[in-house]
Amino acid sequence: MTRPMIEVQDLVRRYGDTAVVDGVSLRLPERAFVSVIGANGAGKSSLLSMVARLLPASAGRALVAGLDVAATPGDVLARRLGILRQDNGVAARVTIRDLVAFGRYPHSRGRLGPADHAAIADALRFLDLEPLADRFLDEVSGGQRQRAFIAMVLAQDTDCILLDEPLNNLDMRHAAAMMALLRRAVDERGRTIVAVLHDVNFASCYSDLIVAMRDGKVVAVGPPDEIVTPAVLREVYGIDVEVVTVRGYRTVFFYR
Amino acid sequence: MPDRPLRAGRRAGGALAGLALLALAAASLLVGVGDLTGAEVLAASRIPRTLALILAGAGMAVAGVIMQLVAQNRFVEPSTAGTAESATLGMLLVTLLAPGAPVVVKMLAATACALAGTALFLRVLRAIPLRARLTVPLVGIMLGGVVGAASTFIAYRTDMLQFLATWQAGDVSTVLRGRYELLWLAAVLTLLAYGLADRLTIAGLGRDAAVNLGLDYRRVVALALAIVSTITAVTIATVGTIPFLGLVVPNLVALAAGDNLRRTLPLVAASGAGLLLLCDVLGRLVRYPFEIPVGTVMGVVGSGLFLTLLLRGDARRA
Repeated sequence: MTRPMIEVQDLVRRYGDTAVVDGVSLRLPERAFVSVIGANGAGKSSLLSMVARLLPASAGRALVAGLDVAATPGDVLARRLGILRQDNGVAARVTIRDLVAFGRYPHSRGRLGPADHAAIADALRFLDLEPLADRFLDEVSGGQRQRAFIAMVLAQDTDCILLDEPLNNLDMRHAAAMMALLRRAVDERGRTIVAVLHDVNFASCYSDLIVAMRDGKVVAVGPPDEIVTPAVLREVYGIDVEVVTVRGYRTVFFYR
Repeated sequence: MPDRPLRAGRRAGGALAGLALLALAAASLLVGVGDLTGAEVLAASRIPRTLALILAGAGMAVAGVIMQLVAQNRFVEPSTAGTAESATLGMLLVTLLAPGAPVVVKMLAATACALAGTALFLRVLRAIPLRARLTVPLVGIMLGGVVGAASTFIAYRTDMLQFLATWQAGDVSTVLRGRYELLWLAAVLTLLAYGLADRLTIAGLGRDAAVNLGLDYRRVVALALAIVSTITAVTIATVGTIPFLGLVVPNLVALAAGDNLRRTLPLVAASGAGLLLLCDVLGRLVRYPFEIPVGTVMGVVGSGLFLTLLLRGDARRA
């Protein structure tokens, strides 16, 4: 592993006596698609939030591109790291184009230059949002809104992007398109993407690395071949699953 | 970059709003019992009154939209967040403790109380786990009720109820030259808010999104609260409480043009000024030659508009 894009050292988040993240250490490489899987309440979102300095850590520290997130000024970090949380029930009524333009704020400070306009247009095109660009966020579907927020994070043009359940609100077709697109952002643009995913099959088909969590701890880290196995998934989710290899991808059958 | 027709439409809309505002201001200058042949009536009463309406209307509408973005709730404004009631309590306390204090000092005391009350409101909000849409203004109205009850109690005990009434009910009939100039501070703060427009809009996207974009969220919220509290305190100290304006205008503008303050804040300010002018002219004409206070007219017009908005909004969502 070359220089890690994200390095997490003994990270802990406590609420009272319960630790939702309980001593997590990780080194995630750059230019990789990393999925974080685990049951509800395993601490995935809290881990992501701490790495993105949205949530202060109770102990331990997180480094992004070598910068300690707790000690780096917010505007400096905003040019290296972008995060999208899962609930985006926004009260402000802005157009999709304006929202994506706000992604440029860390670079432009509100004065959009040619490079900013190019990045905005590029992000809108990348997410196929051009026809919708002048619609307000409350006038589009949940899936379209989700894509608009992803476009904002892409326009932010950070090396590292954290996504908390990016497939929320997306149907099969749009979920697959989103994963393909995120994969392209890694392959073609050299981004590092860390995404919390509930769908193990998507994680298996698109990830370079899967982080499996349970009860605030990392149970296993590895490529899909090592993680998507009946043994590991039983440890993570506590259920018995059947793993079938389809076209070279390990997929999980657990529906009945 | 908005496309051309949109921008042209916006410009036409802006020009139209500007013209309407001018017409209303002219009407405000011309309507009244006094004889306009002497320039003195105009200079001492009509012009100050019209300016006071424009400044207070613009200021309260801007305060409303800032409140709504910071609290991330469309139903919040200074009079549904405890801000107005706290400012009134501040006015009462300073009038009791230092009756001879200059109006600037009174205004500062009102601002301090408004700040404390609004900060308390936001703190209470943070403690509520489920922030349902309507819970937020209800909390604010309850808080305002408690603060208002304290004011009434103190005023009752100290024989100040009449003073209290002048701050609680917006009225510009007593505005004269030399007694409204403090309101220019509201104009300065409106300009300041325009300078912060991008940051305020980003704050309206929520704390997480704001922090992600590198914004010093706490500082922006603190600045926003200072602006809202000062505008409210200045308005109450000079013309009294103006209900609904900060609620109705931002909602109407958001519906028509969205919330990107860099673009919409001038429209919010102009609409606020225009609506308050309209309400005052109405109040002067309905029972001519007598007057109905602008706060009362605004209450009636505003609640009607607000109900319409509520019903329309639900129809749109359904």
